[in-house]
Amino acid sequence: MSEVLVLVDHVDGAVKRSTFELLTLAARLGTPAAVFIGAADAGARVAEAVRAYGAQRVHVVDDAPIKGYLVAPTAEALAQLARQVEPAAILIPSGAEGKEVAGRLSVKLDSGLITDAIDVTEDGAAVQSAFAGNYTLTGRVTKGTPIITVKPNSVAPVEAAGAGTVVPFAAHISDAARTAQIVATQPRQATGRPELTEAAIIVSGGRGTGGDFTAVEALADELGAAVGASRAAVDSGWKPHTFQVGQTGKVVSPQLYVANGISGAIQHRAGMQTSKTIVAVNKDEEAPIFELTDFGVVGDLHTVLPAVTEEIRRRRA
Amino acid sequence: MNIVVLVKHVPDATADRRFEPDLTVDRVGVDGLLSELDEYAVEQALQIKEKRADGEEVVVTALTVGPEQAAEAARKALQMGADRAVHVSDDAIAGSDALATSLVLARATERLGEGAPVDVVMCGMASTDAGLSVVPAMLAERLGLPQVTLASVVESQGDQVRIKRDTDAATEVIGGTMPLVLSVTDQSGEARYPSFKGIMAAKKKPLETWSLADIGLDASAVGLAAAYTTVEEAAARPPRAAGEMVTDQDGSSAAALADFLASKKFI
Ligand SMILES: Cc1cc2nc3c(=O)[nH]c(=O)nc-3n(C[C@H](O)[C@H](O)[C@H](O)COP(=O)(O)OP(=O)(O)OC[C@H]3O[C@@H](n4cnc5c(N)ncnc54)[C@H](O)[C@@H]3O)c2cc1C
Repeated sequence: MSEVLVLVDHVDGAVKRSTFELLTLAARLGTPAAVFIGAADAGARVAEAVRAYGAQRVHVVDDAPIKGYLVAPTAEALAQLARQVEPAAILIPSGAEGKEVAGRLSVKLDSGLITDAIDVTEDGAAVQSAFAGNYTLTGRVTKGTPIITVKPNSVAPVEAAGAGTVVPFAAHISDAARTAQIVATQPRQATGRPELTEAAIIVSGGRGTGGDFTAVEALADELGAAVGASRAAVDSGWKPHTFQVGQTGKVVSPQLYVANGISGAIQHRAGMQTSKTIVAVNKDEEAPIFELTDFGVVGDLHTVLPAVTEEIRRRRA
Repeated sequence: MNIVVLVKHVPDATADRRFEPDLTVDRVGVDGLLSELDEYAVEQALQIKEKRADGEEVVVTALTVGPEQAAEAARKALQMGADRAVHVSDDAIAGSDALATSLVLARATERLGEGAPVDVVMCGMASTDAGLSVVPAMLAERLGLPQVTLASVVESQGDQVRIKRDTDAATEVIGGTMPLVLSVTDQSGEARYPSFKGIMAAKKKPLETWSLADIGLDASAVGLAAAYTTVEEAAARPPRAAGEMVTDQDGSSAAALADFLASKKFI
């Protein structure tokens, strides 16, 4: 069976859960193989993590010469590796960066690309959602090596023992690929809450919070959830843009999404409509968000949220 | 200095968007407009022009690809202040995927660069319809250019560009040297409305229509037949079943909501 390459998503060698999800999908299409682009001495640690999810090989590309140079070198390295191993498919995590890498790679390999897949089937079809989640598309790549970017939380990672053999790969990075560079980085302050795109539960606030997110955050913490926001809340300066859910923010698909003081504009829905369970609290019973809800509360969020947070706490005690 | 800004004509997001029987997006039967996200790109291109107004001549060219109505997107960019516009239109283009679209854009950009080289290709962060966000990367690859993307702040001096970008992990400053492909987010600053003067002036600005032959492309390189992917099925998502609704009185809904969350095993 041919290898299916999975680009490892990691922070300094700490592998993210989305990688395990991709390996699970890769096993449906061929022999799962991870591609780790990072510090060479972190290779063994990464191999340890990914072999538990079925990775037979771990191709390690040392990023020392390319760190900070954005997506072009990653695409170059992946293209060279793909020419060598001739994989059955290449799976890439569907973040902003992953999609850019995939875009360049598809031109380099003259291969079709499907982005933002939410599932990949045994026969190689990819499932996507379109038009703010109003449609589900099933499609496939018909030319070249299928390149598919997959959204986080699309599939439950399945543990499987893999050999996890480390294979160093020496990529030749051109000077042309090293022309745009990160010149300064200011790490974001850790919130102690899960990341928006990876969270199983998200509690969001909109203009209806009036800028006071205390009740939203208290419920989020009680549920172990991430905090999200509508664009109105972001534009008002109440939360940074990284909290924004929607068309121009994060597209999320958690198990539970709780929208508070959010009207449910199409651009917001585009970012959360595929959540498994949707709850909303809104004063206006006509708010369009209630078209989506499994459970809707018509009421003032500043009353409802503290009451339900207290109720949950009481039941847990 | 030459700036090419890519503008796309998209179906209105608030209209009832749908698929054609061949599973391509219906771009003719629904109302369209200039993708709002591209307005931010036009705005940033114009700001670069204005900041350099006293030193050098900056020409902003709006480039659009699509059916006849797509010219409206180009016209809007002219009204906002772009100097000229090019609309690549050819029946063969219908149904093109991102790869083919980026090919058309690359050839058109190359042709635009024949007189004086193109320094910046400016894009929006995504289209509001397909929303792939991959075209800038594909275009950069085809043109052999670096890309600096998703800028919330753009600064440039001489041939140097610096942008600010917010990722989940950090706020980054990214530097690049022209020529390059640049994309901006909706955080980059409100886009201007065309003024009355702008609307009048736009009528006299050149808007050229190019065919595939004009950019040296064969019809077989684009369109549905040349696509690298196929859509086998487009299923309308079943409407969500109407959920439970309660009306709260001073916190009275707390028990019912907690019951619901418990029934779904969230607590
Ligand atoms: C190109 C483009 C991209 C966009 N991208 C996004 C995006 O990514 N994400 C996004 O969210 N939006 C996006 N928008 C904006 C979107 O159209 C809406 O304007 C926005 O989502 C509205 O936010 P909101 O629901 O918080 O505010 P509103 O629409 O003002 O709704 C506030 C709601 O709060 C309720 N409310 C008020 N007070 C209370 C209270 N005390 N208790 C309970 N309920 C209360 C009101 O009844 C109302 O329903 C985009 C728009 C455009 C044009």
